Amino acid sequence: MTNTDRIEKNILLHAPKARVWRALTNAGEFGSWFGARLESDFAVGKPVTGNITYPGYEHLKLEVTVERMDAERLFSFRWHPYAIDPKVDYSQEPTTLVEFRLEEVADGTRLTVIESGFDRIPAERRAEAFRMNDNGWAQQMENIQRHVAG
Amino acid sequence: MSQASPIAAAQVRDAAPLFAALGDETRLRLLVRLAASGPESITHLSAESTVSRQAIKKHLDVLSKAGLVRGDRRGREHIWELEPKRFADACEYLDRISRQWDDALDRLKHFVED
Repeated sequence: MTNTDRIEKNILLHAPKARVWRALTNAGEFGSWFGARLESDFAVGKPVTGNITYPGYEHLKLEVTVERMDAERLFSFRWHPYAIDPKVDYSQEPTTLVEFRLEEVADGTRLTVIESGFDRIPAERRAEAFRMNDNGWAQQMENIQRHVAG
Repeated sequence: MSQASPIAAAQVRDAAPLFAALGDETRLRLLVRLAASGPESITHLSAESTVSRQAIKKHLDVLSKAGLVRGDRRGREHIWELEPKRFADACEYLDRISRQWDDALDRLKHFVED
């Protein structure tokens, strides 16, 4: 049976570990590739809020609470996945844990991203993703293509 | 974006019981069991479980209402089996978030490699 609790991603980045670490943990750099304007720096145990700057999602807020920062090895935070409705207060709901793991390899850095804890997310939130998809996803894909090509 | 189209609203109504049905340990065990063994009778399903036959039947009914399993009478026994289509639905939520990560990591790659 497919695991419904976690997502794991793996990507080879042709850049040194220190460079990748900075892109992940410097709030300004994180924001520029992720698509968000964060209001403060990342620090363990501290919530960081910001606005999504990604085209089509500018009305949304982002809030992450950093769990671990082991220099050039592990950066992790908790957030509310798919918090897509600005009218909903997600603060009392369970969070998922996002971990970025860095590993030095011959031609750069292998980055593993694990997001886990989806099984604790309320059923109706997960169902909302279906609605979200219908209205927003095709548009989002076009935005991404433009962004990457541009 | 927060406005649901009529079709999408129906999809939400359809999906909520699905995830509710999946959010229980005994039911997940039953699904795993059925996935491994193929069609099974309640007698077999409850034989290896600490949960009573009656409770198993209730859980199967919940799973059945969510469209995850299907029960057929064969002779004296009710035989239960998985309904694979619904699993594809459940995976879609994660697929969507998964694709968002793919896109975000793609942007990160451009960012650190340029």
